[in-house]
Amino acid sequence: MSVPHKVGSVKSKQVSSFVMQDEEEGLDTAEGEEWMQGKTLVKPPDQLDLTEAELNEEITRVLKASNPNAPQNVVRYSFKEGCYKPIVFVDQMAIHFELEGNLVHKDSDEGRRLMAKQAEVDDGGGDERPDNVSIKAGKREQKLTNQFNFNERASQTLNNAPRDISCQTEPPPRANFSATANQWEIYDFYVEELQRRVKSKEKHEGQFLNKEEDKSKKKMIQAETQNDDIYQLAKVVKIIERMVNQNIFDDVAQDFMYFEDASDEFRGEKGTLLPLWTFQYDKAKSLSVTALCWNHKYNDLFAVGLGSHEFTQQGGGMLLFYTLKNPSYPEFIFNTASGVMCLDIHEHLSYLVAVGLYDGCVAVYNLKKKTDQPIYNSRASSGKHTSAVMQVKWQKDDLDSNHNFISVSADGRVVSWTLVKHELVFTDIIKLPVIDTIPDDLKDVIPTVGTSLDFHKQKDYSFLVGTEHGKIHKGSKYYSSKFLEKYDAHFMNVTRVRWNPFHPDVFISCGWDWMVKIWDQTMKSPVFTFELKTSVTDVAWAPYSSTVFAAVTTDGKVHVFDLNINKYEALCQQKVVSKKTKLFNIEFNPVHPIIIVGDDRGHVTSLKLSPNLRKKPKEKKGQDLPKGPEVEIAKMEQLLSSLR
Amino acid sequence: MAETGNGKKEDADYKRLQSFPLIRHTDMPEEMRVETMELCVTACEKFASNNESAAKMIKESMDKKFGSSWHVVIGEGFGFEVSHEVKNLLYMFFGGSLAVCVWKCS
Repeated sequence: MSVPHKVGSVKSKQVSSFVMQDEEEGLDTAEGEEWMQGKTLVKPPDQLDLTEAELNEEITRVLKASNPNAPQNVVRYSFKEGCYKPIVFVDQMAIHFELEGNLVHKDSDEGRRLMAKQAEVDDGGGDERPDNVSIKAGKREQKLTNQFNFNERASQTLNNAPRDISCQTEPPPRANFSATANQWEIYDFYVEELQRRVKSKEKHEGQFLNKEEDKSKKKMIQAETQNDDIYQLAKVVKIIERMVNQNIFDDVAQDFMYFEDASDEFRGEKGTLLPLWTFQYDKAKSLSVTALCWNHKYNDLFAVGLGSHEFTQQGGGMLLFYTLKNPSYPEFIFNTASGVMCLDIHEHLSYLVAVGLYDGCVAVYNLKKKTDQPIYNSRASSGKHTSAVMQVKWQKDDLDSNHNFISVSADGRVVSWTLVKHELVFTDIIKLPVIDTIPDDLKDVIPTVGTSLDFHKQKDYSFLVGTEHGKIHKGSKYYSSKFLEKYDAHFMNVTRVRWNPFHPDVFISCGWDWMVKIWDQTMKSPVFTFELKTSVTDVAWAPYSSTVFAAVTTDGKVHVFDLNINKYEALCQQKVVSKKTKLFNIEFNPVHPIIIVGDDRGHVTSLKLSPNLRKKPKEKKGQDLPKGPEVEIAKMEQLLSSLR
Repeated sequence: MAETGNGKKEDADYKRLQSFPLIRHTDMPEEMRVETMELCVTACEKFASNNESAAKMIKESMDKKFGSSWHVVIGEGFGFEVSHEVKNLLYMFFGGSLAVCVWKCS
């Protein structure tokens, strides 16, 4: 309760009366001055009666800076000590008047804000200063835009109306199944299972001798019965197929193994060929056999190359593998883009087959792989032949242990192909010399067609090439510029040239000029010449004798000769195929006394040689029968010397 | 393993010899089949006395591994007819007297 007082403080009641008195006196005096006459003192009714002496008493008044309204002693309760404590210093300030001002210090936050606002308003849209100011003012500052220079506009694009689309997938297929689970059913099933296992155990015990193998096989069987059955069947089916075939061709198989034509004794020198199996494949009907080759490792397996000899009738080709154990269906079938002209099976790695095609490509097939495609193909590589490949022959692995083979083709080049990693690398060995009748400027264009190629058995760098013009060239792998020898062999195409497997100097050739000629490489003219009545398409030496060979002609006949017995005539001339079928290839089996011949209908016929054709020289009494290649060489040498 | 023999001995014998797991019918793919069979064998061996727990274990594992929802029946004598998703049925015998049928059908 601050009562605004004028300056000066009034203290006690005592004084108040005096004040009043003073006031009165003042008034009085004032009034007294005006009214000088009336000196009557007007006394208020409650005025103190004081004596004169008391009236004259001087009372001192002291002005202090202490607030009379403030309490003199203040006591506060102290919670800390739990008792009342007097406060010594009492606030003496009395506020008479208060007014709140609106001045702000310019460096304070509010001041700065105000200054910023003012600056903006002053400039009205200048970019820099507001930015600066706003930076100064802090990041939270929003850019204030005035309504005159800035206008907000908003619009809403058309929202596509929402659509509901639902879809139900087809549930996974379901099936019903029902069964009963009884004790006896369970028992029955277990009993069956055990019986099955016993049977298969017996089967395997019969086949394997080793007991340990047995156990592992048993485990295998247990696991396999739960596998897919189809793949299990493949092997079994194959064996059954062979068994069925054997049953069907039982008489043929018996003949093959055991039959020796007894009538040979009565026939003098002559022999016969007993036809055994015929191999044919439906899809190869329109193709003719162009190449045959026995497999060295598996003596019952042979390869047949199918294509076409006619220039005008070129289509696809096939490579088939037959085994004598299954004459009705080939073991391996490969389709080729163009007709197969020649093939060769590697001597040691009997799963590698080199094939030469009519379009000039060479390809290598791997029989171990399940694919239909060759593992190497020269289709894309440079250096491939531009014309049909007539002959391919495997060579020994080169210094880097890479397999390689050599091919001769109708473009006149003899090329060596090396199997390097994934591709075929070619190397030109030699080019067949062009004959003289062709004018010089055409020599590069018209090649000499090479038709046959053979490598010497012992000296495998030496080889023979037969040409379309009837010449045979002898060359060596070490001389790439020219040939060592040239033989004027035939008047027409040389279809085959082959070294004698035993004698190092002898080779045989045959051609379309109806001739078969036997040569000694040291002599320019043939040692023996035979004329067969039609074009001779193939000739082959027998692997068991150096003097026996067989030839096939286009009239479907096979001619077998043994020079040791008869130097002028064939021991056997037999027609083995039906009318108008031409024979194109003949091959002797390396082990068994059979030959296979291929004809232009795509059929391969196997024939057994009768004993007369397989004669060994007669043993002299008391002497052991000499065997081995030396004997053969000696035989041949004898013959040759008689002619020189 | 000869079937003819002494009665009781034979019984005991066959139970011992024929306790291997044997699949009676299934159309599951190879891997799934092997895994499921092993799971069933484990479950049955673990809860030999309690078919319900064994079935529960099998069902929960199958749901986790191959998706929902699987059904499992274990017992020694029952008949059944079920609709199952193709390639998700296994019906096998175990322990000489136990039959387990596992199928999926959501």
